[in-house]
Amino acid sequence: MAFHNSSLSKKKISFRVKLNPFSFLTIPFLILLIFLVILPFFFVIFYSLSNIEDSTLIMTFDNFVKFLTDPSFWDKLWLSIYFAFMATLMCLIFGYPVAYFIARTRPKIRTIFVILITLPMWVNMLLRVIGLKSIMELVTSWFQNINPNFHIIGTDFAVIFGEVFVSIPFMIIPIYTQLLKLDPTLLEASKDLGNNSFKTFFKVTLPISMPGVISGITMVFLPAATSIVIPKYMGGGLPRYTLIGNLIENYFVKQSNYNQGAAMALIMTVVILAIIFVVKLFDRSEVKIQKTKKQSAKVQKGVVTNEK
Amino acid sequence: MKSKNTSSRRKLKNSDSRIWKTPIGYKLYLPLVILFFYLPIVSLIVFSFNETNSLINFTGFSFKWYKSLFRNSTIMDALTTSLTIALISTVVSVILGTLGSIGLAYFSRKQKALKDMILMTNNIPVVSPDIVTAVSLMILFLGIGLNLGYVSMLLAHISFCTPYVVLAVYPKMSKLDKNLVEASMDLGATKTKSLFKVVLPELLPSILSGAMMAFTMSFDDFVISYFVGGSQVNISTYLYSLKKTNPAVNALSTIIILIVAAVLLISQFVQNRQSKKGLQAKDINGSDMRNNNLERKLVPNGCKQAIEVQKADDIMNVIDETENFIE
Repeated sequence: MAFHNSSLSKKKISFRVKLNPFSFLTIPFLILLIFLVILPFFFVIFYSLSNIEDSTLIMTFDNFVKFLTDPSFWDKLWLSIYFAFMATLMCLIFGYPVAYFIARTRPKIRTIFVILITLPMWVNMLLRVIGLKSIMELVTSWFQNINPNFHIIGTDFAVIFGEVFVSIPFMIIPIYTQLLKLDPTLLEASKDLGNNSFKTFFKVTLPISMPGVISGITMVFLPAATSIVIPKYMGGGLPRYTLIGNLIENYFVKQSNYNQGAAMALIMTVVILAIIFVVKLFDRSEVKIQKTKKQSAKVQKGVVTNEK
Repeated sequence: MKSKNTSSRRKLKNSDSRIWKTPIGYKLYLPLVILFFYLPIVSLIVFSFNETNSLINFTGFSFKWYKSLFRNSTIMDALTTSLTIALISTVVSVILGTLGSIGLAYFSRKQKALKDMILMTNNIPVVSPDIVTAVSLMILFLGIGLNLGYVSMLLAHISFCTPYVVLAVYPKMSKLDKNLVEASMDLGATKTKSLFKVVLPELLPSILSGAMMAFTMSFDDFVISYFVGGSQVNISTYLYSLKKTNPAVNALSTIIILIVAAVLLISQFVQNRQSKKGLQAKDINGSDMRNNNLERKLVPNGCKQAIEVQKADDIMNVIDETENFIE
């Protein structure tokens, strides 16, 4: 309703701007955004800055101080980020060739592969993780015949593997859509100019796919760093694998300690956003490439002929 | 322009084979990757037919877990909750999102700042990690004194599904020729009538893909339902609460997988038929639109990025066009 009024007042102020009657259709959507997206954010801040002591509400920074000065909390946060980082790296290493192959193959095979890779994403994530866990248990039972101490679940490898398993399509698809734009004549040109395929890859293919890589990194890293499910299923209940997501889960669902939980969630969000921001800085180099790409396109079109 | 593209495409194919020589290893690598994706799903399906409740030893074939699935009232209740919440939140978010996109597209130029702000706010639930959305919604519901349960879960689902509908519908709506609407009104249609006869039919494909996204997002959601659901259990939270393996879950997942596969096959079949009817759709890059659409439909969660990329593309195209125009 508030927005309704403000847009009306706007109408009064700038009399010339005639509000199209269709634009009022936005109002229900706006109400939703205000009450279920913006308002919750302020509630989180309020909760994180308040505490209930002796059944009275007090405003305090204690919740933040508690976590900011708690080394075990930071250990957990860094461990989560480390796992997410490793998972992102693995997704990149194993996903890039897949994306490259799919983008460079014939359209029919391309469609089949895209379907094959995205199909599992329609299956409930928990189901897939449960399936993966049972596969891991199966493999473990085979190897335990040889070495009784062998186990997969409850290792760093299992957690990272699980995260890769769940999120590698998010790495493949953006890179693939970006590589589709790669004009193969560019590769040939690069080879004609004497670059070997190694150099061609780093000078031509990789820069063009960079936006896909960046968005892939964000899309893998964010869920991986905050995951609840993977550490729980792949960690085998070991305390080492109570990651930041599970800590927040403990505060909210199990202990009902909302004030401290809110503070923890805010700290985590800020740290992760900072990391994503750093990653996005790499994206800036992209603008240059796009410009040069456009110029080369112009050269092709013959618009710019004598530019050196 | 188009012919040039197709000819370069033909060249591409020839050159492909040359560039394509190096990675013979792919013939080994890709099947491995596909195996990696499907092995867990296959194992789920196989062990749903197991005689015992072991997920490691296959002892014999039986349907007993399917019988026990339909007798298990907890699973059935959870399934009903998941389905009804997904359905209601899809319907509501499609209505809200579509109306919102139509309204946004009609914001005048002077309101551009407001519009951009709204679109940015719309991206917040899409971009932020599930757990952050979950925590903030949970605190909101606690703060306003709403008991956690079915209603709170439904509200939460509506709030995170609507942005996806807007992301699917708004780009199409902003490109829609507004003159069409005016023409229909000149011809005597009322506003409602032109909305239903002109705007909505034009938007229908994007609305459908938005609805599909919303439904899968809602049906597959775990974290948000887990936080705001209270004691209300849906399929995901039920799975999470299981302490030991229950092959009835495998039976359920087999059914879900079969339904998903069937829906996808049917949608592809319908699309094929439509394209055979003579919709020779080519997008700006000259690539086959049908493939792109299919891919976009098949990427339920990847839609975030697909839309990001699409947006970037649109901006680039606009820049290119204006530059060409200036020249």
